[in-house]
Amino acid sequence: MTHPDSAARDTAAADGQTEQRSRSRESRPANGEVQPAVDHGASEPQSAGGRPERQGQSGGKPVSFNNEVDHERLSMTVTDLDLWYGDYQALKSLDIEIYSNTVTALIGPSGCGKSTFLRCLNRMNDLIPSARIEGRIEMDGRNVNAREMDVVALRRRVGMVFQNPNPFPKTIFENVAYAPRMHDIVSSRRDQEELVEQALRDAGLWDEVKDKLDQPGTSLSGGQQQRLCIARAIALRPDVILMDEPTSALDPISTAIIEDLMVRLRKDFTIVVVTHNMQQAARVADYTAFFHLGEIIEYNDTATLFETPATTKAEDYITGRYG
Amino acid sequence: MNTTTTSLYRRRKRLNQLVMAACLVATGIGFLFLFAILFTLVSKGVGSISLSIFTERTRMTGGGLGNAIWGTLVMTCVATVIGTIVGVAAGTWLAEYGGKRKMAKVIRFINDVLLSAPSIIVGLFIYAVVVVPMGNFSAWAGVLSLTVIIVPVVIRSTEDMMQLIPNSLREAAAALGAHRWWIIVRVCYSGARAGIMTGILLGFARISGETAPLLFTSLNSNQWNFFQLNNEMANLPMTIYQNMTINSFIPDLVSLAWAGALILTAAILILNIAARYFSRQRS
Repeated sequence: MTHPDSAARDTAAADGQTEQRSRSRESRPANGEVQPAVDHGASEPQSAGGRPERQGQSGGKPVSFNNEVDHERLSMTVTDLDLWYGDYQALKSLDIEIYSNTVTALIGPSGCGKSTFLRCLNRMNDLIPSARIEGRIEMDGRNVNAREMDVVALRRRVGMVFQNPNPFPKTIFENVAYAPRMHDIVSSRRDQEELVEQALRDAGLWDEVKDKLDQPGTSLSGGQQQRLCIARAIALRPDVILMDEPTSALDPISTAIIEDLMVRLRKDFTIVVVTHNMQQAARVADYTAFFHLGEIIEYNDTATLFETPATTKAEDYITGRYG
Repeated sequence: MNTTTTSLYRRRKRLNQLVMAACLVATGIGFLFLFAILFTLVSKGVGSISLSIFTERTRMTGGGLGNAIWGTLVMTCVATVIGTIVGVAAGTWLAEYGGKRKMAKVIRFINDVLLSAPSIIVGLFIYAVVVVPMGNFSAWAGVLSLTVIIVPVVIRSTEDMMQLIPNSLREAAAALGAHRWWIIVRVCYSGARAGIMTGILLGFARISGETAPLLFTSLNSNQWNFFQLNNEMANLPMTIYQNMTINSFIPDLVSLAWAGALILTAAILILNIAARYFSRQRS
């Protein structure tokens, strides 16, 4: 596993990303340096791997950092989250803090609950009748998981991009203008046009589609469709954007463009991304959580997690020995 | 290539040709019947088609089919409107809310039974629960029995078409903060519209030619009845039936019946073609 910033890049898009990334890391320890690990009690010995238990989460408290990220604003705080599908427990007392204006990656082997967890954050699991969720997901002092939470208002603030691009069978313009109009954010044609242009620019798609806004969104290529879906999500100016393996259906060039986009969008949005691609997590994420069998085994800033994983499970997964 | 495989391929090829020939013959027989029906109707009916067929009411001599065509149109349209409202709502429930619930399974099963229920039983039922208590035959009773026939058709096609809408679109809309009703109306209906329209048109075509349910309900009449749905109302299928059987000794009425049969067939054919056109619009 190479360090994110030392990984060679060959596309122009990815080059921009490198710059972005190193700028964003100015305040952080230099690459390759071993950072102080998670603060979970001074008495606990630090071993770089070799301990299978949930070292990142001892004490059952949300993982928090005592290093340079302490001043960052929390976007969402998850406490003791359990989820069952019928009798099967898919998520086991998860605790995690997600910081504003960062990219947080969720990695882990298939079926470990990453996507399920992601879908808890905007209550998409409500659509699955057999799912039962307990625990607290706090956002601005309110429990997202509470029964009385207005899911429409929640999803207005927590947008989502799916694994397979799923534009509506409408024009490119309509795809983006759809949700803002639905929420009465814009009404006049002129406002809509402005908003659509801005969202498409933010999603890096404007130059490619500005002359064919009236064509169906489904006529675009897979990578363009995915950026259209991102534009559709950011048109609502949400606080958080959840991305569920957003590039797994895309070619390498489209993937690089979307990775670059994630890093850029972090300025305005908090991004949580599920990925099967560890290089991707290393390239784009500020923080990474390693999931295994419905538990968060380890959660740390990406460089630390990838360079000095505290648990053998994470180390084995990252080095490709497992999963 | 050795000889065993060559003979194997030759045998398969021959079997393929044989089955192809059988399929062609079967198709030919089907077409033969269709064209025989059309040919008979055109040859016997086209001679009596004139403007007066559409403007005159049925008389013993020299009348038209205006009242019967009008009656069929009114009853079929009213039944289709009611059937569409009920059927689309029920089909939506089955597709969007019912899912695998026991209640939904029961409703689906009953709907399938209703779909294949003999239409004379439907007529008999409406006769017993509407005509007898009201004390007279009426167009309303006819409308009701036609509604009972079209509703299952619309329910079925609505549910099928709604289920064709990919879940990813529902999720996309939900993730943007859309209410459930919004997802159903704006996402599902707009995608399933063509398919649902096709189902409604096919249902319309089906009930416009139904005779048995009208036998006990709207009966028939040889008078104009424009909007008096509480009274008996003329209709094409019954007129054809009566003119061909109990009035078969009056040549004018028999030729009217042939003309009526031709008009009805042509209308149903056009409706089917329209339905095909709509369903092709979908893709």
